[in-house]
Amino acid sequence: MVRTASGQPGRIPGSQDPASPAGRAGRRGPAGPGSRDGGGARQRAVAFVRRHHLTPYVLLLPSAVAIGLLLFWPTVQIAEFSFQNYGIPQLTGQVPTQWVGTANFSAILSDPEFWLSLRISLVFAAVVVPLTLLAGTLVGLLLNRLGPRMAAFVSSTAMLAWATPAVSASVIFIWLTDPDGGVVDWTLSRLPSWLGGGAQWAGFSWTNSALPAYTLLTVLVVWQGFPFVAVAVLAGLKTIPAELHESARVDGGGAWRIFWRVTYPLLKPIFLVLLLLSIIWDFGVFTQAYLVTGELGNRDEYNLGIYAYDRAFTMPPSYGIGSALALILTVILLIITVGYVRASVRQGAVQ
Amino acid sequence: MRLRSRTLRRAGLNALGVLVALVTLFPIFWMVSTAFKPATEIYSLTPHPLPAHPTLGNFRSVIDGKVIGLPYWNFLKNSLFVTLASVAASMLISLLAAIAVARFKFRFRTSYLIMLLIVQMLPQQAMVIALFLDFRSLGLLDNLVGLILVYTAFSLPVTIWMLRNFVAAVPREMEEAAAIDGAGPVRIFWRIMLPLVAPGLVATSVFAFIFAWNEFIFALTFLGTDYAKYTLPIYVTYFYGRGTVDWGSIMAASTLFTIPVMAFFLIVQRRMTNGLVAGAVKG
Repeated sequence: MVRTASGQPGRIPGSQDPASPAGRAGRRGPAGPGSRDGGGARQRAVAFVRRHHLTPYVLLLPSAVAIGLLLFWPTVQIAEFSFQNYGIPQLTGQVPTQWVGTANFSAILSDPEFWLSLRISLVFAAVVVPLTLLAGTLVGLLLNRLGPRMAAFVSSTAMLAWATPAVSASVIFIWLTDPDGGVVDWTLSRLPSWLGGGAQWAGFSWTNSALPAYTLLTVLVVWQGFPFVAVAVLAGLKTIPAELHESARVDGGGAWRIFWRVTYPLLKPIFLVLLLLSIIWDFGVFTQAYLVTGELGNRDEYNLGIYAYDRAFTMPPSYGIGSALALILTVILLIITVGYVRASVRQGAVQ
Repeated sequence: MRLRSRTLRRAGLNALGVLVALVTLFPIFWMVSTAFKPATEIYSLTPHPLPAHPTLGNFRSVIDGKVIGLPYWNFLKNSLFVTLASVAASMLISLLAAIAVARFKFRFRTSYLIMLLIVQMLPQQAMVIALFLDFRSLGLLDNLVGLILVYTAFSLPVTIWMLRNFVAAVPREMEEAAAIDGAGPVRIFWRIMLPLVAPGLVATSVFAFIFAWNEFIFALTFLGTDYAKYTLPIYVTYFYGRGTVDWGSIMAASTLFTIPVMAFFLIVQRRMTNGLVAGAVKG
């Protein structure tokens, strides 16, 4: 997999080379002095493309250029910058950038803030991913057993949570848990103590330290994430023939047993893809974490992505250290992505 | 007896469904309800679910732009411009690519599809560092065109995957029949492919629309200090960042920003989810 990923960008431009002169000739055609000559050039270009079976490459060219320049090239640059000293003096051109070997990485590895942010990212993903999958699966199973109208109603409301932009969802949840006037603190302070309520909740700040902030983020991310899981699980359940469930029920299986004996094995590929996608999304969650932890500044609440962003952009900016952190984040996510791609290929999604 | 247990079970399931729907809707409901509350009710010691004296004051202050000094329309215009331009570019580019991977057999086809799956997962908060430096030297910071370029490119991996499924669903026989009748490739594209892929284009463009409309990291980083260029997500958080937090205005701004997305989503819900699930899970 990794070989494909790294070999790919080298190969694509090579395969486009023959196509690009043809494309250019085609565009130049009408602008030429005589329209007849232009038409001729165009026809020759079309014939050239046909003869060499270049049509698919010509069609892929725009997307390959856009992805190459704006996704692939920046990733290469991140890798490059992470071995350089790159700050404001280098940006303004007063001092040339210098290669510093692995100095950025050794600085990061001896930095307790890096380890804290990594731990926060890992623990957050480890808590949120199972919760999202559990909530999504339960709602998916429920949707499958509801009548068509009720199912449409419930899935529409879930769709609304999914459609809520990350920025809106974040400000809503921050407002819900606001110490002055937020409905969550008000409710908690009025709950009986055996339910965990009590006066200590009045004016409780959820965003001032890491544990409450990430508890809030957990609820927020599960709320936004479960509908996708529910819809995917429901789509998978629809493909299971009803007779399978019925015969299992006749054999005397309870709901729990039927799920683990019949449903889960059949939906395993879908669960694997959902698991990997959720890990990638939740490990790298940025917008919600950035807003809930109070934009930048509360360093003990950073996850890995926010820490990289902070080191790159907060004064004094260090694009080298920021890039090195970004590279670490990218590599971690790429390792999980390899699993995701393998699962997709095994399912026959890449045909 | 049996009948009764079945109706009981049905009622129980329906009650559970209603409960899930209510819990899911609550945050959205609270946003809209707060947006209509006057300040005295927002900061009252006992919050009420519905505003006792509903007011449009919060919406008025958002639309007048008292806090930032520019009217709401300015930011709506920015967001619409960036979103519509990047959706159009993304649809054009990804339709070409989708036809290539769905209709042709060629050497790097599988590699290209796998490459799309991989780049789709690259973290934006990592790439924003390099793109910031590139765009700075190209003069594309504080410039909406820079955002259009980024949004177009970043939506491509998913839009190509989604469209690929819709193109593949167009029966090949129809194209072959038209070719036998003497129609050239261009005519086949306009007369057969485009009309049949149109619903897929709508569903896919909704995805691209939502991605560009909601995008936060690049807008935050590229649109530094030039308030006039802000897109709506940055406008919403601008309210949030200023000392005394005016929750009424934030919820009003957030409502105005969120409702169009939700409307879009509900309209194309079924196709959208089918396409997304097909793209993410299986074709």
